[in-house]
Amino acid sequence: MRNAFKAVTASLAGAAIALGLVANAGAADFSGKTIEWIIPYPVAGGSDVWARFFAPVLSENLPGKPTVVVKNVPGGGSIVGTNRFQKRAKPDGLMILGTSGSTQFPYLLQDRRVKYDYNDWIPVLATPTGGVVYINPTTGVKGPEDLGKLKGKKMKYGSQGPTSLDLVPILAFQILGLDVEPVFGMKGRGAARLAFERGEALIDYQTTSAYLRNVVPLVKAGKATPLFSWGVLNEKGEFVRDPTFPDLPHFVEFYEKVHGKKPSGIEFEAFKSFCVAGFAVQKLIFLLKDTPQDVIDAYVKALQKGVNDPEFRKKAKQQLGDYEQATGKAAAAFLKVALDVTPEARAWVRKWLTEKYNVKF
Amino acid sequence: MLETIGTALVNLLSGWHLLYMMIGVLVGLVVGILPGLGGIAGMSILLPFVYGLDEVSALGMLIGMIAVVPTGDTFTSVLMGIPGATGSQATILDGFPMARRGEAARALSAAFFSSMIGGVIGALVLTAFVIVARPVILLFSSAELFMLTILGLSMVGVLSGTSIYKGLLACAIGLLLGSVGTAPATAEWRMTLGFDYLVDAIPITVVGLGIFAIPEIIDLLRHNSAIAKTAALGRGWVEGIKDTFRHIGLVLRCSGIGCIIGAMPGLGGSVVDWVAYGHVVQMAKDKSQFGKGDVRGVLASESANNSVQGGALVPTLLFGIPGSGSTAIFLAGMTLLGMQPGITMLESHLDLTYTIIWSLAVANILGAGLCVLASRHVAYLTTLPYVYIAPFMILIIFFAGYQATRHWGDILALLALGVLGIYMRRFGWPRPPLLIGFVLAKGAETYLYQAIQFHNWSWLLRPGVIIIGAVTAISVWAGMRFGSVGINEGGETGVVRKRWPQLIFAIFLAIMLAYAVDNALQQSFLAKIFPLGVSVPALVGMLGVIAIIASGRHHAVVFDTEAGVNDGRQSMEYYLLWLVGLMVVSALVGFVIAVALFFLLFLRVNARAPLGRNAMLTASAVLFLAAMSYVFVLDFPPGYLQEAVEMPWPLR
Repeated sequence: MRNAFKAVTASLAGAAIALGLVANAGAADFSGKTIEWIIPYPVAGGSDVWARFFAPVLSENLPGKPTVVVKNVPGGGSIVGTNRFQKRAKPDGLMILGTSGSTQFPYLLQDRRVKYDYNDWIPVLATPTGGVVYINPTTGVKGPEDLGKLKGKKMKYGSQGPTSLDLVPILAFQILGLDVEPVFGMKGRGAARLAFERGEALIDYQTTSAYLRNVVPLVKAGKATPLFSWGVLNEKGEFVRDPTFPDLPHFVEFYEKVHGKKPSGIEFEAFKSFCVAGFAVQKLIFLLKDTPQDVIDAYVKALQKGVNDPEFRKKAKQQLGDYEQATGKAAAAFLKVALDVTPEARAWVRKWLTEKYNVKF
Repeated sequence: MLETIGTALVNLLSGWHLLYMMIGVLVGLVVGILPGLGGIAGMSILLPFVYGLDEVSALGMLIGMIAVVPTGDTFTSVLMGIPGATGSQATILDGFPMARRGEAARALSAAFFSSMIGGVIGALVLTAFVIVARPVILLFSSAELFMLTILGLSMVGVLSGTSIYKGLLACAIGLLLGSVGTAPATAEWRMTLGFDYLVDAIPITVVGLGIFAIPEIIDLLRHNSAIAKTAALGRGWVEGIKDTFRHIGLVLRCSGIGCIIGAMPGLGGSVVDWVAYGHVVQMAKDKSQFGKGDVRGVLASESANNSVQGGALVPTLLFGIPGSGSTAIFLAGMTLLGMQPGITMLESHLDLTYTIIWSLAVANILGAGLCVLASRHVAYLTTLPYVYIAPFMILIIFFAGYQATRHWGDILALLALGVLGIYMRRFGWPRPPLLIGFVLAKGAETYLYQAIQFHNWSWLLRPGVIIIGAVTAISVWAGMRFGSVGINEGGETGVVRKRWPQLIFAIFLAIMLAYAVDNALQQSFLAKIFPLGVSVPALVGMLGVIAIIASGRHHAVVFDTEAGVNDGRQSMEYYLLWLVGLMVVSALVGFVIAVALFFLLFLRVNARAPLGRNAMLTASAVLFLAAMSYVFVLDFPPGYLQEAVEMPWPLR
């Protein structure tokens, strides 16, 4: 009996030591402080992979080579973890936050659960991405000139939910005058793509990396026709073609070809804000605004050094698409565009979501 | 192709590759044994190593970890009656009674061998299927997936114990618990009681631990003995291997079931053990021992929960869509390695595809082997007085529950469900149907809605739908022919004189159902139809149960484990108060300090432990928590103290 207790205690201690060794082996390269990087999304999601991609960059290039630990705090579509950062972080640069489009949207829509404020933070990195809308070739649509063929044709679109990033494509379809009915409850964009491959959904979109990986083969096999990309912003804040898809028109271009004029009005204004917040400035790294300037500068410098490393650029192009990572001031400038939603546009989107999709705010 | 397969194996077994896989296997076993941790925690340990490793080593390590999680979790399920991971809940039903009979070693070795066979079969299926699976998977639309959830739900029929009536009601309650939170079709919030925590749905780990583990811990404490009623463990582990080969047909069938369910993207692996368990019960002629320690129950769920990984890798590799929770993690790992799973994977990386498959097979064999070696020693845990084990188990379920979303709501939900589980157990409400309902609720609702949206009502005529419907009908018929299995907790049924306790519980359940009806009525059409369709008939049924209990009639729904003579045991509520106490103190001073206090007091009062032993056990508990927090970068539930003052690690 006594021996059994000893055995249990010994094996517990043994397990603790063994686990400790494993952890030490991973941390042995770094010294000094530990930086906690809050990712308000689950492990293995897109934002998690992005953070783990950048964590070594920070770790190697910040002075003193600190350990950078990615800490996932999912819940409430990222609201829970972001609220926690707002409440807990101290202006010492030891706790940083990674956000994505789904963090920006509830803030822009003024979800009542949001207790965070982007004005209290300062961005040090902005990672843009893009997306491509494609259609089933059996519709006969090959480009903007064929859009007339869709008149009176009801199309299904697999969606995760009206307040997710899917808000942007659903709004885009409406602006283009397409009769697209979203089918909600998809577990991620991958499930929606599967519905497209099965022929259940006739129109779909994927973000850049997923498009390159999984839709380009479908296009080659003649099972999907790309229509347009979201485009990226230039310095003047105008949409231009996505550098990853130089041959594909962006949404505004596509609209012009269909309707013969530039899109305008409150619908388009709303679209622009949410498209930028959801894609062109999708993922950001934040520090608290009160953080000492030298700490902020250290982060910006470390990230600049990291993203300009040729080896990193090669890997980033493959994983994140061909986009310029914006650091420091450039990131702040982009963020400003993303958060710049007029009260009218905001009110319009809220009303639209409530009336059309029964969203309660 | 054969050459590629061979080269991949040689490559995997040479040089450092095997060593890295071994690291993966060890980590996988550890996170599998600890409830609440699983592939995700394993991933967070292994990720820092993935950088800079060659592809074969990294893939071997990740697959090694994922493959053996459902092997390691068996220890907790069989020995402690606590689900070690979500895929091993059904293992408890027969594995734990076997342990209590003193047959822990036999149950474990049977479980490990069937796990190994299941895992290897999963790999074999993957080998062949990966070439031809694409069109097959595309055949499964939302309509077919909905029918598969119906097939899963049909298992309730044979898992309802003494009263099919109560089984169906328990399943309805599970379906409603599963629809708490955001409605899939409209994103409306349902049945949240005003808590933001419930918007995200109740995590399955919390439900499993609350419904199964808490009632079990309390029951064992009340018996005040060791888990195993006999001290002789015997040489049961040889017997377990024999069991596996005696029922090899069953093991193969359940492995097949696991592969198929795993290969369906979006169905998830957490239901596979129940489907396999339901299958073995439906098909068995002699059902008298199920739920009391029939080794076939262990074999079924364990072979299925390992083979599910092989199946789940099919959509992961072919479509870049994970087939289960752990393959989602694997997908992220591959992305970090710069590999791009999806349609091009087979063309450009056939060799790596086969490395993955071989890793799966080899890791399953390694993992099962290690577990068999360990099982003879670990089984001795069941001979210790439970009062010493219990505080560790309570520590682990609190800790595991909190890891679900790291929100205080996890702890509150855990205790609330624990109370529900305790009284369900006492009053003879079968718990497996509740869990099956819970696991399948979201899928059933979402896929039905999507099937109607995509196909109108013509989805009913799809060939796949008709085939799965027929299979369901046959399995229900087979189950009915041989009757339902009596998973009876050993209480008095029929004539119970003191009926008011179960009457109160039934009225409480009716109030819950009435709330569900009321809440559903406030939603828009698409969000209301599913909860309303479940809750209205359930409420009517519940009122019927109340009427029967109140009438004083002799009936099978009347049941109470506490109706017999009181033999001087502590009441359930006494131990429940200890749990509530731990929660309250945690809310004040944080989890680590609360655990230390809890250990000292609990061992002093309930075990009358000598001071030295008490201090040693308390210290090892705190050490364990510290190690967990350090290695897995985990938080513990903070209290007011932590909010007010900056505390040093690991007290924060």
